[in-house]
Amino acid sequence: MTEANQPATPTEWPLWEVFVRSRAGLDHKHCGSLHAADAAMALQMARDVYTRRQEGCSVWVVRSTDITASDPGDKGMYFDPMEDKVYRHPTFYKLPTEVDHM
Amino acid sequence: MYTQAMDTMGKEMAEAPKALRSAEELALQQRFDARIDDGDFIEAKDWMPDNYRKTLLRQISQHAHSEIVGMLPEGNWISRAPTLKRKAILLAKVQDEGGHGLYLYAAAETLGTSRDQMLDALHSGKAKYSSIFNYPTLSWADIGTIGWLVDGAAIMNQVPICRCSYAPYARAMIRICREESFHQRQGFDSLLVMMKDGSDAQRAMVQDAVNRWWWPCLMMFGPPDDQSPNSAQGMRWGIKRVSNDTLRQKFVDATVDQAKVLGVTLPDPDLTWNEERQHWDFGAIDWAEFFRVVAGDGPNNRERLAMRVKAWDDGAWVREAALAHARKHAPQQAAA
Repeated sequence: MTEANQPATPTEWPLWEVFVRSRAGLDHKHCGSLHAADAAMALQMARDVYTRRQEGCSVWVVRSTDITASDPGDKGMYFDPMEDKVYRHPTFYKLPTEVDHM
Repeated sequence: MYTQAMDTMGKEMAEAPKALRSAEELALQQRFDARIDDGDFIEAKDWMPDNYRKTLLRQISQHAHSEIVGMLPEGNWISRAPTLKRKAILLAKVQDEGGHGLYLYAAAETLGTSRDQMLDALHSGKAKYSSIFNYPTLSWADIGTIGWLVDGAAIMNQVPICRCSYAPYARAMIRICREESFHQRQGFDSLLVMMKDGSDAQRAMVQDAVNRWWWPCLMMFGPPDDQSPNSAQGMRWGIKRVSNDTLRQKFVDATVDQAKVLGVTLPDPDLTWNEERQHWDFGAIDWAEFFRVVAGDGPNNRERLAMRVKAWDDGAWVREAALAHARKHAPQQAAA
């Protein structure tokens, strides 16, 4: 993400990632990005661009360069080891019918 | 809207495999092909063939340019809308087009090209936008007709791209398609009011607008399949999902019934129901006109581009001032 997000020219506004909470009680969810000169402008533009139809009640913006992401090349190494840990799921345990609603 | 990029970029796209350099790259290519075959989505940081990246960049940026240039013919009518209601609707629609351009520029930027580079390509005339926006909007009925026919054709074209193999593009398209339906419906609604409750002059105005926009709309889907050399590669890569002619036929079939409800005739004497095909047959499209408009010689090419460049140049001081303001206040923010 980092290289592409550095302004190619010094006149280009920096890139921000936008997160919107669609309803009270829910998580903020990434919904896109935009260019803005500073945080206040990024918030205002995020409202105009991503919540024109009441899609949200709260917005976060963060500079794209401030996000550290996992490497897609490491995806297997990073996430697959969880695949064989079936005992982490409740369905792994067979209980007698009388108590199975547990 | 508007994905004519693949049809107007020459044949270089199909030459991809020759450029392979090493066994390592060949392995990456095979893994990429397998992922495409499995219907997997490709993300920005995943390995992709150079020509896949180049083709997408061209298509997505042209798509973005089309949204932005598409604001111009409609923007002309904001101050001339007949009622406050129609004015508010048109403002919302034009604002949507700006938003759609932004989603698409952001998707294109993930491929490693800056926004300024893309805008530069548009303003210098190097990059294209959809041929449809080089036609003039002469009357208020043109605005309704653009919503009904131009946005209708765009929806036909865009829905399959929601399943594009490049995930950032697919995500942008899903968002756009969700908003685009309002554009078509408001257009039809505005024409219906004129046809049902309007004067003879207003009805004639609607018919005149439909007469002028019909053929350029059919051209929006791009050249016939047998003259579309890059389609096969686009399909292979999962960038293009449905062929030009199939989409065009679908659009004609859907529109004929809508025209009946509206009470207008589509300006094609050859338009006839084909019982055997179960589709509407339609007349020959003037492809010479299409290529002339794409090459820069449509009724409004110069005007549209000049207006776009003027807006960009006139806004330069605002962009610079905002950046200067942000830099001046950056140390304070960091300290707070």
